[in-house]
Amino acid sequence: MAMIRNRSRHRLVAYSLILPFVAIFALVFAYPVIEVVRMSFTDAPLIGGGDWVGFDNYARLLSDKLFYKSLVNNGYFVLLTVIPTTVIALVIALAVNRLSGRMQALALVLFFMPYVLPVSVVTQIWAWMLDFQFGILQPVIEFFTGKPVPVFKNPFWVMPAVAVVTIWWTNGFNVLLFLAGLRNIPGELYEAAKLDGATRRQLFFKVTWPLLWPVTALVLTLQLILQLKIFDQVYLLSEGGPFNSSYVLLLMVYREAFQLNHGGYAAAISLVLFLIIVVISVLQFQILRIGGKDK
Amino acid sequence: MTRQRRFENLALTAITLLAGLIWIFPLYWAFVTSIRSENRVVSEGAGLFPDEFNLSSYVDALFNTSLIDWYINSIGTSVIITAVVLLTGMMCAYALSQMQFPGRRLLYGIVLASFMVPAQALVVPQFVLMNDLDLINRWGGIILPQLVVPVVIIVYKQFFDAVPKEMKEAVVLDGGGDYTLLFKVYLPLNWGITTALGIITFIMSWNAFLWPFLVITTEDMMTIPVGITQVNDAFGVAYARIMSVALLAAAPVVIAYLIFQKRVTEAVMISSGVKG
Repeated sequence: MAMIRNRSRHRLVAYSLILPFVAIFALVFAYPVIEVVRMSFTDAPLIGGGDWVGFDNYARLLSDKLFYKSLVNNGYFVLLTVIPTTVIALVIALAVNRLSGRMQALALVLFFMPYVLPVSVVTQIWAWMLDFQFGILQPVIEFFTGKPVPVFKNPFWVMPAVAVVTIWWTNGFNVLLFLAGLRNIPGELYEAAKLDGATRRQLFFKVTWPLLWPVTALVLTLQLILQLKIFDQVYLLSEGGPFNSSYVLLLMVYREAFQLNHGGYAAAISLVLFLIIVVISVLQFQILRIGGKDK
Repeated sequence: MTRQRRFENLALTAITLLAGLIWIFPLYWAFVTSIRSENRVVSEGAGLFPDEFNLSSYVDALFNTSLIDWYINSIGTSVIITAVVLLTGMMCAYALSQMQFPGRRLLYGIVLASFMVPAQALVVPQFVLMNDLDLINRWGGIILPQLVVPVVIIVYKQFFDAVPKEMKEAVVLDGGGDYTLLFKVYLPLNWGITTALGIITFIMSWNAFLWPFLVITTEDMMTIPVGITQVNDAFGVAYARIMSVALLAAAPVVIAYLIFQKRVTEAVMISSGVKG
């Protein structure tokens, strides 16, 4: 009897501990997940009910040129950012890792600092640096192209420029992950390999790289997901322009829902993005894990 | 160490630090711009080095924009978000780690799965919800959707799992319950990770853009990252002022980072799972 009372008391305490989180989670996370699915089958405006329209929104999506344009741009942006930032972060982490004590801390601060800045601070600074008339980087651009370029107003340059800004902003995070990975590699392995007469090249490719692979896989996956969700930088630097050359899925969600008042249609686009991210993150995780086992 | 090795190390240090200085150049340039007069900023011969010390654009930024309101909104909402996320997270993690109850595994599964859901895909229904709750243009509207940070629970659970069972016994013998255990034993043992998670959560909510941008439409209720984008519109091309506002907006997180550097580094490493 006492045991049973004790157990139900124990459960009650447990439920009281999880209740605050569960209640908030149910209200602002689980319920919206269900709602975004439901809304995507209606013609609802942003605010106010709508009628059930079945798969109409999805049919419309398949014939919406802007949707394809956005998908392609999302993919292009991923190409421009994910692998470059991973390589750059790895190189920086390898260099920083070889510094000692204070110098290492200082170098880390320099490379990590941009990551703590609000996105709009980052875009304001880069918009100024790349200003068509007075930007300090225009001479550099002029050196390569022969003339100054209004990068955020040029269909060819806009995505690479946003990619550069993004890499500058978020790279420090990846540096930290690589650095943690490098610190996890036991020093004895290097000692042993050196005793066997391994060259530096061999040290990197036979010891560092294989042992670092799990972290590399993590960085690639996190970046892929992060960059698919791009909105802030594009919105602030180019608003999707010029001629929709930097239009991306989340920007489309924003336009449809908050400017054109098409809640149902925007929900359908959100759901597509949602599914793409879930599928890719599961797939890529599996592929990278298999790749890691082979090595 | 041979002389050649020593030279190599010195060269590597120099090159790395130089690269770091180049990396941080945009911030330096923003600072140099912010202490010049507007005329100087766009004049031909303005060089790379600070040649003026003109604080008028800072004065302008502080008194001719709603920067003070934005600071208050950002500080208020970020502090509340951080406190609630930590408190609800540690409570939930404690139950998951130390207690038995039906639904425990399901709850942990949901926490892990919610990791994959991009919050950005939920902005439409979340906005509708905030409208139903009459929280548009209010702190509550900014705060509520930012309170779900599953990684805090996952990290806390890891750390609570690692606390030796013997630590519990004395409290249990004294008749202390689970709340006593959590707040008198488990939390004090994990102050380090609590600070680290707190700083990361604070920086994340301070820097949040998309959600506050959607839920706030009146200038006096904006947070810093959203508010400063208004300055562009208001000033036109006035880069000294825009840079002053940007730097003032960045100052709190930059200072927090410089003070808590080690903790931030640790928090990033731990919360991404590369260091346990």
